[in-house]
Amino acid sequence: MKRRPILDVSDLKTVFRIGGRQVAAVQDLNLTVAPGETVALVGESGSGKSVTSLSIMGLLPRKVGKVVAGRILFRGKSGEERDLATMDSEALRSIRGNDVAMVFQEPMTSLNPVYTVGEQIAEPIRIHLGRSHKDAAESAVGLLAAVGIPDPGRRARQYPHELSGGMRQRVMIAMALACDPVLLIADEPTTALDVTIQAQILDLLRKLQEERGMGILFVTHNLGVVAEIAHRVAVMYAGRVVETGAVTDVFRHPRHPYTMGLMRSVPKLGEATMLKRQGIPLPTIAGSVPSLLALPDGCSFAPRCPYALDQCRAGVPALAETGGRHKSRCIRWEEI
Amino acid sequence: MREPLLSVRGLTKHFTSSGFSHGPVVRALDDISFEVPRGKVVGLVGESGSGKTTIGRSVLRLIEPTAGQIVFDGVDLTKLSASEMRRQRRRLQYIFQDPFGSLSPRMTIGQILMEGLDIQRIGSRAERGARAKKALQEVDLPADAFVRYPHEFSGGQRQRIGIARALVLEPELIVADEPVSALDVSIQAQIVNLLRSLQSRLGLTMLFISHDLAVVEYICDTVIVLYLGRIMEIAPSEVLYSDPRHPYTRALLSAIPSPEIGKASARQILKGDIPSPANPPSGCVFRTRCPHAIDQCAKTVPPLEEVAPGHVKACIRHDISG
Repeated sequence: MKRRPILDVSDLKTVFRIGGRQVAAVQDLNLTVAPGETVALVGESGSGKSVTSLSIMGLLPRKVGKVVAGRILFRGKSGEERDLATMDSEALRSIRGNDVAMVFQEPMTSLNPVYTVGEQIAEPIRIHLGRSHKDAAESAVGLLAAVGIPDPGRRARQYPHELSGGMRQRVMIAMALACDPVLLIADEPTTALDVTIQAQILDLLRKLQEERGMGILFVTHNLGVVAEIAHRVAVMYAGRVVETGAVTDVFRHPRHPYTMGLMRSVPKLGEATMLKRQGIPLPTIAGSVPSLLALPDGCSFAPRCPYALDQCRAGVPALAETGGRHKSRCIRWEEI
Repeated sequence: MREPLLSVRGLTKHFTSSGFSHGPVVRALDDISFEVPRGKVVGLVGESGSGKTTIGRSVLRLIEPTAGQIVFDGVDLTKLSASEMRRQRRRLQYIFQDPFGSLSPRMTIGQILMEGLDIQRIGSRAERGARAKKALQEVDLPADAFVRYPHEFSGGQRQRIGIARALVLEPELIVADEPVSALDVSIQAQIVNLLRSLQSRLGLTMLFISHDLAVVEYICDTVIVLYLGRIMEIAPSEVLYSDPRHPYTRALLSAIPSPEIGKASARQILKGDIPSPANPPSGCVFRTRCPHAIDQCAKTVPPLEEVAPGHVKACIRHDISG
């Protein structure tokens, strides 16, 4: 996949103001998404994965969160490349829901309870594509069919509360696809769903991407979901990407101690019986995620890292190339 | 064989909407029977609406069952008065999912841990303090936590406090309701290990409720798979994962995404949604999504049949194989 990226984020830094102090929620972040490609941002609470997606969309809480450095180059339908980081809110609005669309975790709170789902899907088609009410309403029914909702004509006339959680998430996806975006940002889109419904939604996203060729930035905490859906992955910890590369490379041969620890501590089906028989505890990562208000010096993972040296605390390690497009922010990646 | 510590028989819970409106009856549980042997961990797994939490709460009579018996150490708890139940309650404890909502922000950890002892009038004040401190030690929290408040602790530490609160009364049965679901992956494994080691060291009997089948596999001796308020399959955990017999168990296991590259087998994706418990399908509740359903499945509720010792399933299709 050597096509020109539609999204090219470089040296992004986003800060939050908390009690008079400025805290870097995301820093030194570089990221690209090409057409037809799915890139996953994975990390635990406070890693900065959601802040990254909100920064790209220009949806940071005003007066609290702010992009203070870096570029967010985006190439929309017009083919022209623009920097979302410096765009005013008016211009961003014309891009959101049109060139870039978003699907969030909570379909119930993201949908408006007093409009039918058909009306909500039709809205961006009218606003961004300037189509008539009737025309947009017809498109909405077509989109509901495209996301696998049975009896779409009837469903379009229903309100969000009349639909199940999985169905609502399909509606969110239909709404996101309404204007044929070149980039879809999906922030934990399956986290609130049951596992059999999650499998349906992941399958749907994969099919839609094949048909439409859009790029997807997929934010999740679930490593299994990453393996299932993404081509490339960026593992985040305490506001920085600590490892990135093709999913197959990163998951088969992790080159950062945090990724290694995460991979090991996810309980895997079939493995537990074996561990239990031998009386072996599940592998863990010692300690807990540091507060962004009190990040340790040097490598943020050093206090929890079994390989940490004095050197690790001296400065923040750079993202080192380990071969191919696989990179690790660890000074000891070659030995571990 | 010794009598099981807990024996649930024909447990049924129907929720009716109260007040003026006569809404639909929600059939949260229908005719649930199972046993929890002493010193063992039994897992309840299922998706939303499967009834797993309703079972857990019914066992402690935090909600009143519509029908059925909950026999704990020979005593049917559903027959007890409120004060008799309160006396039993020190023997049965609950660990909640949410480590934030379940601890009072105005109480110190010491007060939280001693509250149950106070209510049950156990020991002198000094003895209560000593027991609370011992419980803190058991969950690997520092002794100074005793005088601190919940907000000073991380999610994983708060879940340790929730576990200590359950342990302090030295209960015989612990119902743990999704105790690790709200935690990050790296913390989740720590808590799972803690529960497992406490269980084996203290010989605890546990009912472990979770939607995460991998966690359940690690911690449970026996697993009960629920769907829409009914039991689909019960098996020893090492058997359930290697030889699932019910079509729903197979689909559920197949739907779990694995982080191991190349391990993803042909995924079986179930069609449709989980039906509403207010309007469950006739016959087998899973039939509307089951790839093997036949006409007969709509007619009768399949009974739980033994496929091997300790392994039962509620499916009439004996002709299907994995």
